[in-house]
Amino acid sequence: MHLFKKRPAVGLAATAMVAALALVACSGGASTNATTAAPSKITQAAIDAAMKTKTNLTFWTWVPDIKNEVALFQAKYPAIHVDVVNVGQGAAHYQKLRTAIKAGTGGPDVVQVEFQYLPSFTQGGDLLNMAPYGAAGISGDYASWIWSQVSSGSAVYGIPQDVGPMGNLYRKDLMSAAGIKLPTTWDEFSQAARTYRAANPHKYLTNMPGNDAGQFMGLVWQAGARPFGYDGKKTVTINLNTPEVAKVIDFWNPLVRDNIIGVDPDFTDPWYQGLASGLYASWQGAAWGPVFLQGTAAKTSGLWSVAPLPQWDTQKPASGNWGGSTDAVLKSTKNPIAASQLALWINTQHEPALMFATKQFLFPASNTILKDPAFVDEKSAFYGGQQVNKGFAAISATVTPNFVWLPFMDYAYSSFNETLGKAFADRTNLATGLKAWQAALTTYATQQGFTVK
Amino acid sequence: MSQTAVARRRPRAVEMQTRRRGGLKRRQAIASYCLVAPFFLVFLTMLVLPLFYSGYLSLFREQLVGGTVFTGVGNYVRALQDPVFLGGVLRMAQFLVIQVPIMLSLALVFALALDSGRLRMQRIIRLAIFVPYAVPGVIAALMWGYLYGPNFGPFAQGARALGLPTPPFLGNEWMLGSIMNIVTWSFVGYNMIILYAALRSIPMELYDAARVDGAGEFRVAWSIKIPAIRPALLLTTIFSVIGTFQLFNEPNLLRILAPNVIGVGYTPNLYAYNLAFINQDINYAAAIAFLLGIVIMIVSYAVQFGVLRRERRS
Repeated sequence: MHLFKKRPAVGLAATAMVAALALVACSGGASTNATTAAPSKITQAAIDAAMKTKTNLTFWTWVPDIKNEVALFQAKYPAIHVDVVNVGQGAAHYQKLRTAIKAGTGGPDVVQVEFQYLPSFTQGGDLLNMAPYGAAGISGDYASWIWSQVSSGSAVYGIPQDVGPMGNLYRKDLMSAAGIKLPTTWDEFSQAARTYRAANPHKYLTNMPGNDAGQFMGLVWQAGARPFGYDGKKTVTINLNTPEVAKVIDFWNPLVRDNIIGVDPDFTDPWYQGLASGLYASWQGAAWGPVFLQGTAAKTSGLWSVAPLPQWDTQKPASGNWGGSTDAVLKSTKNPIAASQLALWINTQHEPALMFATKQFLFPASNTILKDPAFVDEKSAFYGGQQVNKGFAAISATVTPNFVWLPFMDYAYSSFNETLGKAFADRTNLATGLKAWQAALTTYATQQGFTVK
Repeated sequence: MSQTAVARRRPRAVEMQTRRRGGLKRRQAIASYCLVAPFFLVFLTMLVLPLFYSGYLSLFREQLVGGTVFTGVGNYVRALQDPVFLGGVLRMAQFLVIQVPIMLSLALVFALALDSGRLRMQRIIRLAIFVPYAVPGVIAALMWGYLYGPNFGPFAQGARALGLPTPPFLGNEWMLGSIMNIVTWSFVGYNMIILYAALRSIPMELYDAARVDGAGEFRVAWSIKIPAIRPALLLTTIFSVIGTFQLFNEPNLLRILAPNVIGVGYTPNLYAYNLAFINQDINYAAAIAFLLGIVIMIVSYAVQFGVLRRERRS
């Protein structure tokens, strides 16, 4: 644990780093946040002093091997000791985090939070606005669809770590065996699904799970729908009854009803086996999917390929996002400077950020890494020598901006499984399921005291 | 003078004696309090205090916007009108009526068979029936989840090999039965051991007398053994009632495989859990938990009362 504590500091570089960060902090100094009493900017002297003071930080994250990036940070700042704790992945992580916040003690300083859950923490005022601590100056390195999700006005509540722009992962061999060309529009996709099913009565072109609101939201995002809104205070917008959402629902409805596509729950053993055994010939996945698939369906190496999602309008190629994380700092931290620097440093410094992308295979949010030859030029044998990263980097640029999450996505995703998701799984009318989801979300929001528009 | 002295002395002696005895008693009492103290300490801090605390919590309502307000029995009124909660309780009642009799009958048959002493390899059989209870519930649910699998489970593959439709173990209609099967498999051995232990404590003379009267093995079982272990049967029934209404592990794990079949309120306990940790509604979850406790008390009492009344009548 304390392996890196005794390593000699890379003194000069560290000083340069601090100076750079301080400059960043100054350039973003114009930001002021009326809702918090936090200073509008932190001086370089204050950061310098804080980073040389013996400090213990706790960092909750489930990113595998993140200790390596943290070790680089500790080598730069030997006075800061970071305890990396994995309290569980996804739901388990947030349960513990919310409990710790409620208890007012036992929580971490820095914490991994997925994009869609950030508003549920800012709603309670639990996250530190990192803008004065240097986060305001980094916005230029991120696409606007990413930055809008971590910021609210001039306030910054999370440092983007990875994202999941959506693409189409498919089995070249199975598709060509069925005589199907790669579908570029959703219309073609629908035809292809029927053709494929007719040729392979026991297999599907794809699978739409009833337990993955994240994937569904990504597809809705691509279609241009913006069903949710949140003003940061008491007013939420819940509007699933729009032509854009209807477009997606009407597309999947007949495919689901006529048993043309699979509806197995995802991230379960049967689904893994389904991917590995060719039960599904494609997966409308995200940028983190290629590496995941490589581990899950290792036997099918060389048979897969990556393409953009089928499009609604080929003139305006678009994609949505599914997944990805940020590192945020809890407002309750006793060391806001050191904690913010940790979140910033590991995600914005070239060495650790590139390490995330090339060693842990997190799909980078930062433009710099998205252009780095060490990342984009990588060829993947699993995908028949395709430059998968380059493909997804191009897709990332087509993700449309201004997607907003509700401040209670835990409930929203859980009720998806009971309503629209259940309609998928039971192959019943998706439009009815969608209405039920809208109703459940509105009821919950009202019960929780929000004004619903 | 002397009389009074004697008179005075006598009570003193008695007093002394009682005081000495009282001292001994008190010391014994202190010792026994010390011995039960560890239990009561844990009991108070881990059970009674949280119970009172959640009772207190259940009287409030906390909103994401607007903070906490006192609502009295508001959460309880809401729960009694909540179709998800009532549906969960009803589902568990159904579970109780079907699964518990099957499980206890099997346990009784196994216990009687073992007690008859006519089985070869008795120890191995006894252990084999009991082993599932030693398998942690989590592992059991994972294992059965694999066996039930609709694509790659052995039953599904077998059915496909024979050209039959795959049995939808994890589908909407079959799920409750599939969970019943897991619970029965897990707990039959546990109940069997309790019943078997009760059977072993029946005096042998009764059997001898019955044999002299010409009773066969079945007659002995029906007229002597089963009536004699009625208290043990009552005990296992009450345990099963409580266990049924508190069902959580099995559905919570199978939920991973069938997330759209097992909803947030499939069992009342699962509902309370999801309310607290997904909906952020700890107060309502506390009320649900309390109501569930009341339901369990009522059903357990009804079972006990029914059995006692039948006993009195006979």
